[in-house]
Amino acid sequence: MTSLSSSPSHTGIEAVASQSHVSWLRRFQPSSLLWIVLAVILVLLIIAPVGALVTKSFTDPATGGFTIQNYIDAYGKARHVEALINTLYMGAAVVVLSVLFGVPLAWACTRTDMPFRNIIRVGIFGAFVMPPYLGGVGWILLAGPNSGWINVVWQAITGSTEPLVNVFSFPGLVLVMAINTYFTVFILVSAAFEMINSEMEDAANMLGAGPFTTAMKVTLPLVLPSILGSALLTFLISIALYGVPALISIPARFPVVVIQLTEFFSYPLRVEVAAAYSIPLLLITAGLMALQRKLLARRGFAAVSGKGGERRIVKLGKWRWVVFVYSMFVVLLSVVLPLLVLLMAAFSRSWVGGISLDNLTLQNFRYVLFEHSSSQQALITSLTTGAAAATIAILLALAIAYIVQRRLLPMSGALGFLAMSPFVIPGIVLAIGFYAVYALPPVGLYGTYLILILAFTTRFLPIAYTTGTAGMRAIHPEMEEAVRILGGGRLTAISKVVGPLLKRTLASGWLLIFVPAAQELSTAVFLVGPNTRVVSVVLLDMSEEGLLERLSALGSVLLLIIVGVMAIGVRFLGRDFMLRRT
Amino acid sequence: MEGLVLSGLGRRFGNVDAVLDVDLALNPGEFVSLLGPSGCGKTTTLRMIAGFIDPTSGTISLNGRILSSPTGSIPPEKRGMSMIFQSYAIWPHMTVAENVAFGLKLRKLHTDEIRKRVGEILEVVQLNALAERYPAELSGGQQQRVALARAVVVRPSVLLLDEPLSNLDANLREEMRFEIRRIHDEFKITSVYVTHDQSEAMVTSDRIAVMNQGRIEQVDEPYKLYTKPRTRFVANFIGRTNFLSGRKENNSIAFDGFSLPSEVLGIAGTAGRDVAVSVRPQSLRLCAKEPIAPGQITLRGKVVERAFLGETWDYMFASEESMRLRVVAPPSDVFEIGAEAWVQLDPSQMVPIS
Repeated sequence: MTSLSSSPSHTGIEAVASQSHVSWLRRFQPSSLLWIVLAVILVLLIIAPVGALVTKSFTDPATGGFTIQNYIDAYGKARHVEALINTLYMGAAVVVLSVLFGVPLAWACTRTDMPFRNIIRVGIFGAFVMPPYLGGVGWILLAGPNSGWINVVWQAITGSTEPLVNVFSFPGLVLVMAINTYFTVFILVSAAFEMINSEMEDAANMLGAGPFTTAMKVTLPLVLPSILGSALLTFLISIALYGVPALISIPARFPVVVIQLTEFFSYPLRVEVAAAYSIPLLLITAGLMALQRKLLARRGFAAVSGKGGERRIVKLGKWRWVVFVYSMFVVLLSVVLPLLVLLMAAFSRSWVGGISLDNLTLQNFRYVLFEHSSSQQALITSLTTGAAAATIAILLALAIAYIVQRRLLPMSGALGFLAMSPFVIPGIVLAIGFYAVYALPPVGLYGTYLILILAFTTRFLPIAYTTGTAGMRAIHPEMEEAVRILGGGRLTAISKVVGPLLKRTLASGWLLIFVPAAQELSTAVFLVGPNTRVVSVVLLDMSEEGLLERLSALGSVLLLIIVGVMAIGVRFLGRDFMLRRT
Repeated sequence: MEGLVLSGLGRRFGNVDAVLDVDLALNPGEFVSLLGPSGCGKTTTLRMIAGFIDPTSGTISLNGRILSSPTGSIPPEKRGMSMIFQSYAIWPHMTVAENVAFGLKLRKLHTDEIRKRVGEILEVVQLNALAERYPAELSGGQQQRVALARAVVVRPSVLLLDEPLSNLDANLREEMRFEIRRIHDEFKITSVYVTHDQSEAMVTSDRIAVMNQGRIEQVDEPYKLYTKPRTRFVANFIGRTNFLSGRKENNSIAFDGFSLPSEVLGIAGTAGRDVAVSVRPQSLRLCAKEPIAPGQITLRGKVVERAFLGETWDYMFASEESMRLRVVAPPSDVFEIGAEAWVQLDPSQMVPIS
């Protein structure tokens, strides 16, 4: 072994170290340059659109001078104010229903011996996968006042001429929204339930509290911050959602903010008024989001810490079937029924024609896949813009997460804050901002793929950043330091160690963005041009034209692609990769 | 100047001096430990040597070349050093052999040479059978050996070890101490070892630098550090001790119940000054009868506390002048609490401290 120490050194390191002074160039870190580049990108993606939104709202379209006329135009009409009030009212109702759906299911799936918990879980997961507008179409097929299947069956049985249910109503609107948003409540509250240590409940039992007292005095207060936090989040998601109101609130004669915004965007185009009209939505979102963060951050008092102690499940006895029936009912409403009718309509000549061999056809699929050029192009556009946005967002987010986590430079925290900030911008408001700054000349990106990709990147940057930060945290800084002390620079450390170790994060982050980006509607609605329409926009057009069978076929294709991509993710990244986002 | 030299080294974080005025010179091939409680600045010092932290005052030089100074530092990758990290920092996506070969590849050695050197070093750390395994398939001790092999194989100018054994269980830790010393004896790499465990430092090191509140209190060989501690902190941190306080008189030092000539303790200076002396519990003898011992000091008193630790008795003795002394005695020397006893002190084992 002595040969090891006696053979000559090849390192070449002595030669470098022999320079007695340390030059400026050798001390220069390329990371400073990277910081500037990232900051510029974030300014272009986030600050510029939001800034443009605010300035436009105070700009006179004719003269370019300062004015508050836009706000007068936006809120001067009773109808416009009513839409805002309606929206808040609807949001509150959606929250109530989402909590009624989400909390019991979260408890049942995490803390009880309810049968078939895994099936219920898969069903709830389906609610997340299904784009809200497809759920909406499903419910139009189910509960349309004239030919909705539920009404047809009801009328056939009772001989009544009146419809039993009508989706084009306030309750219909709320239900169709809630079947999508309760997933958020379920995930956040499940996480809280999973972190409660059974010993806390045991302690109450030991002091003489029965199961009911324990549940009310110990368990519920412990998960209350999560329930409130998820309720706020649900509220914000629902008031900003575009697809479901576009399908339902117009026939229901229930004007809401997002629909009113599209009105400002149709002829005559009034971007300035739209900007002014959307500012309250932005302020409400930002304010409530801050409140939500505060609620969830105050966990400290709840001591919901996962460390130590076991979690025991509650034995429900006979009640387990009651709980199961309720859970199944929610899953039926939210996923099984709408999906079933959607698929049936996709394979039908006419969806009102009922179930018969004559009515069965593949024509709808042939139409959307091979004949209808808009559908084909939309599929390609959705997949490519989704993939491009996912790629850019995750790489950008990882670069920012790296700088923030390693504290490479002062003020890197500001980058992290910026990267998270699109979270408080409703998609449709972001679209107005992007329109205001990039759509028109001199930039003139309206109707290009680029503006869609940039807007989607911004929209999903927070998801990417959360994933990226979690991934970076898992890599001990010493992993990199070991490279450097052995003679590799920072770039070697990144390419040989950090990069390979982040592969999983990269893949799961990419999928987490691609899935919602490929079905995104609200950000796209003002930015698509005649040749860049995405699937969601084409689906809405089809619904306006009443082509529900073809719409169902195209929707099924989109769902199939999404499920396929997620199946690949689950196969390679593990079952719960999608759930880490919260 | 040959070797690794830290002179006047300091590092401020905000208003806190994490490291202050550290002077330390390592001869080529020497193994020195930085020993101290957590927060004493030892890890900061090590990371400054590695180049991960820049000093705010003083310099670090290697064989006469400045590596770090407040005006600028050579980055870690250009220092030709290597380091064993507290977390091991074994790359989980590379096999054992790939981990070890990494530094050699960066040095652009020939493939055959790399294979030969990796094989040799894996034999030294007894991992040649596991060369193609991934780190996740190894035990903690084996991962530690990979880290050791990876750091040593590049023949670094200086080897830095940052509490490398703190994540191992007790038995393995003891075994790895000797392993680290064995590898040092074989390759003679100048090494700096950071630890808060005194026995780890004593087994591995040629010299130990005891650090406290950002400063080095004393640098000495392990034996000298234990027998001749210079400060109260060092005497207390390395092993256990009794502190006696006395007062300097003209030609003697007066303690409670006895006095000693100044020259015996080697204490000079003006009369009237307070003096402190450290005396180890192991150097005291507890006797049931008054011992006849010329040149020794005998104090009469009684046993007030005792604990049996298996290998030794741990007694607390209180003299008639109510001076309390901890005494370690062999298991056969049994004293009941309250029993009359005499303690015998050897002046040559009494060390003045500051």
